[in-house]
Amino acid sequence: MSRAKPEDDEYWNSSKYRAFTFEDDDDEFSRLKESKRAVNSMLVDDDEDDVEDVERVSWSGEPVESISWSVKETASSIRSGSEQGFPRIDTTPSLSKQGSGYSLSSLFKAFSESSVRAYAPELRRPRSDGKDFVSDLSLDETIRRMQKGRGFSLEKFRSLQDKLLLLDKAVSAHDGNVITAVLIYLKRSLSKEILFRELMSREVALRHYIHFLKETGEQKLLMDLLKALGRTEDMALMQYKEHLNIKDEGRRKDFLKSCLSDVRLCVLSLPFSQDDAAHVQDHYTLLERQIIIEEYDKKAVTDVFKKFPRKASILNMPIITTLYYSCFYHYGELEGTFSSPSNIRKTFRISEKQYILTALGARAKLRSWSDVDSLFNTKNWLGYTKKRSPIAFHRVVDILQKNSAPVQVLQDYVNLIDDPELKLSVALKYKCHDVIINTYRDLKDRQLLVSYRDKLEQDSPEYRKIQELLSNGQVRWKN
Amino acid sequence: MFISIYSPAPVVWHLQMAQTERRDAPGLPDFFQLKRLARDQLIFLLEELPGKKDLFIDADLMSPLDRIANVTILKQHEVDKLYKVELKPIVSGSDQLCFLIRPRIKTVKWISDLVNSDKTAGRFRRYKIIFTPQKFYAYVTTDEWNFYILPLDDDILSLELPEFFRDTFLEGDQRWMTTGGGALHLLQSVYGSFSKVYGIGRCAKMVYESWRELTEEGEQRTRQPEFAKVFLIDRDVDYVTPLCSQVVYEGLVDDIFRIKCGSVEFGPDVTSSDKSIKVMLTSQDQVFSEIRNEHFSNVFGFLSQKAKNLQTAYDKRRGMDIQQMKAFVADELKGLKQEHRLLSLHIGASESIMKKKTKQDFQELLKTEHSLLEGFETRESIAYIEEHINRQVSMIDSLRLLCLLSITENGLLSKDYRSLKAQYLQSYGMDHLLTFANLRQLGLLEEQQTGETLTVMESKVGKLVNDKTVGKLTDAFSSLAKKSNFRALSKRLALVPKYGEEYDLRVPRDMAYIFSGAYVPLSCKLIEQVLERDGWTGLEEVTRMLNGQEFAVTGL
Repeated sequence: MSRAKPEDDEYWNSSKYRAFTFEDDDDEFSRLKESKRAVNSMLVDDDEDDVEDVERVSWSGEPVESISWSVKETASSIRSGSEQGFPRIDTTPSLSKQGSGYSLSSLFKAFSESSVRAYAPELRRPRSDGKDFVSDLSLDETIRRMQKGRGFSLEKFRSLQDKLLLLDKAVSAHDGNVITAVLIYLKRSLSKEILFRELMSREVALRHYIHFLKETGEQKLLMDLLKALGRTEDMALMQYKEHLNIKDEGRRKDFLKSCLSDVRLCVLSLPFSQDDAAHVQDHYTLLERQIIIEEYDKKAVTDVFKKFPRKASILNMPIITTLYYSCFYHYGELEGTFSSPSNIRKTFRISEKQYILTALGARAKLRSWSDVDSLFNTKNWLGYTKKRSPIAFHRVVDILQKNSAPVQVLQDYVNLIDDPELKLSVALKYKCHDVIINTYRDLKDRQLLVSYRDKLEQDSPEYRKIQELLSNGQVRWKN
Repeated sequence: MFISIYSPAPVVWHLQMAQTERRDAPGLPDFFQLKRLARDQLIFLLEELPGKKDLFIDADLMSPLDRIANVTILKQHEVDKLYKVELKPIVSGSDQLCFLIRPRIKTVKWISDLVNSDKTAGRFRRYKIIFTPQKFYAYVTTDEWNFYILPLDDDILSLELPEFFRDTFLEGDQRWMTTGGGALHLLQSVYGSFSKVYGIGRCAKMVYESWRELTEEGEQRTRQPEFAKVFLIDRDVDYVTPLCSQVVYEGLVDDIFRIKCGSVEFGPDVTSSDKSIKVMLTSQDQVFSEIRNEHFSNVFGFLSQKAKNLQTAYDKRRGMDIQQMKAFVADELKGLKQEHRLLSLHIGASESIMKKKTKQDFQELLKTEHSLLEGFETRESIAYIEEHINRQVSMIDSLRLLCLLSITENGLLSKDYRSLKAQYLQSYGMDHLLTFANLRQLGLLEEQQTGETLTVMESKVGKLVNDKTVGKLTDAFSSLAKKSNFRALSKRLALVPKYGEEYDLRVPRDMAYIFSGAYVPLSCKLIEQVLERDGWTGLEEVTRMLNGQEFAVTGL
């Protein structure tokens, strides 16, 4: 991880992106905070306040009695068992309600004649929908009527050829509703083998059909179709998707197992892609583990469970969350145990980097700094301990800091940052005085030390440390 | 001046205003007419079921409906009680039930179950189903409320159809094409015809066709057009833009608080009180209208200045005599108080945005996005994304970065794809197998196909069908081999400003400012280019890289 190489930083800071950063030390941001205080403290004396205006003014500026708001209200009143609806207003027919402006006769007057004519016929939807029903319509006319939502009949398209012409015509009209309506008719009147065969060469119609089956939940037919099309991967995924509908964990686990070795699916070679098969296998294994762990931990009474009671069950959590959980509650267990971090790490082939990140988070949360240290310690052949990490150390510092690690701990890790500039900026961000002072000392920069001292509290240990350094005649300052 | 019609994800339509080629010029047509038309039609439909009735409304229709009508209007038309459609058994004592729903199978199924259970119980009721914006599967006996377009602001119209994108681009279902055509036809009916239509994309073409058919059936019209031009673009022509983090105020508000149907709910941390407030974000809000399109860095300064001015205005009261005070209260105070309230909200929102963005290392995320757009230090971007996933930070952001990587690089190398996918599944859950399958289908997140894989696919599919029909499969193949060509497009259209150039965000010189000067939105650039040339001439190379399907039509 070398995202913060110096030249990188220089590029980002020197070019067009300098203009603004989302860091909270921004000057303008502090100005904004001041403004907030100012605005919120401005007092207005008379208090006939109309705060509600803001909430209930519609786009056009009219006050609105919100429908969504009323619905909520209605729903809650039902829950409380009250049968009270809206207060009934007068029952006179609404047409006579002058002034409301909604009567039908006035419906279209608001618009200039020309602007209305084209649209109005649709408003005055013919009442005769059923009456102008004609059974002997041409293909084109049938499709047109379907598009308009008028009466039509498909029964006269009897031969396979007619049906297919009808379908092709529907497709060329680009109206998904008409395509699906025709497909519903074909589904009813053709054998599924013939329908599948014809759909194979009709991509658009096929996609509509698949979508229709998905929406109506005709899983069985859908699987048959995908199978006939040779789309085994889709088939496997579609089957897998079903697990989302199973609430009970035990049954869900069994179902996942069946996805991996379904008799029907096995007829075809490898329904899932190789990778996906491994993922589904992991899913199954994970749930199996979680069920076992949950069974034990529900009743667990060890210290860590007492001190940090579980907020939720571990069932159905992702692998990494499970690992975190295990690093939190089952750290140090032997690899043979299902719940141990090392077992989970091995079973799910978790990378070293991912493992360390997760364990670091969990152990830091518990403020177990010695565990944190040992995550990074490696011994070389001479027996010296050295800290190594697959994650950049400034990132480690971030994580520790977010878990409120004490300065002493932070400092150790800040010191491990390779890049001196980055090290200094991280140290400044988290106020690691020793690191800062030592860096300035090594730079022999007296002025920086003096100005840093002036920011510190007098008589604090770091203040005194600087004083000592400055009065030390041995150092040869460069300024 | 542009009007954009959009539905929360799908085809984006831009309508350029009438009269002139000048982009800054004319006034906007009054979109209030659209709301009135929708309201009147709804009332007409409600009156068709005379007498007292209970109304059931689809949950996602309620906010749009709020913009059209209110409780008093519904009550005036004898709606007794209002319910949200929850697909559960109902408790209603009414003899008449009216359902106002989106055309969805599960809702219709719920209604039919309900009717059947009434029947079994020997209960007699009258029912009415109103589909909006249209009925489906060519049903005959139901009603349609043609509520196609909701004006969200003076210059934004929306279809408010969240499922449009999924149905159209993922499932390949064309049920909404006629809705698009109907919406345009409605606009034309009310505001006059358009002088020119441009478009690009398969759906844009279908929408245009459906609109044309409706127009041809209608009467000839002679009205002076209020709109000059229409631009139809498929969402999948430009996936890059919505994948980038916006850094203008309105974009950030949406990012953090989610703007729904033109309004947003600010929680207690913003309102500095213990309650949440729902606010309409439109050009009627004077404070918002001034900062909505500003880069976030300019917003603080602006708000601080506003706060000072406000204080000064309040301070004027000191030393006023009674008469002056009276005049002040009558003329100015209300306005000032309104401004005060808005200012306080937007300052609170800015502060909250800043806090959240600082916490989630937004700066580094932006840096990665910019590197991806520039195609520079890709390995490092991948390492960043990987760590983002490993740390289980925002699931959506991780996915967004993965998609951006895939599109800018024409797919991920096989080993990267497999490793990132595996880590993603470990961090966020195995169920996302399905997410990856969907994204792959959409072409948003793909593994680079080697030539060999394609040939194998071709011969495999080839065996399934006879030679005659192979032609019809071209579509399927082209989607397999479809490349985003982002890098080449970006070069050709100069979408990524040159490295190292100064970019003053306070004085934006082009559209790139909304992404801190890092990227000019592809779709906007296309519109600019087409309008400048009055057509696609000279853009042949670009359209070829965008998979063609472009058109330009005069006078509809």
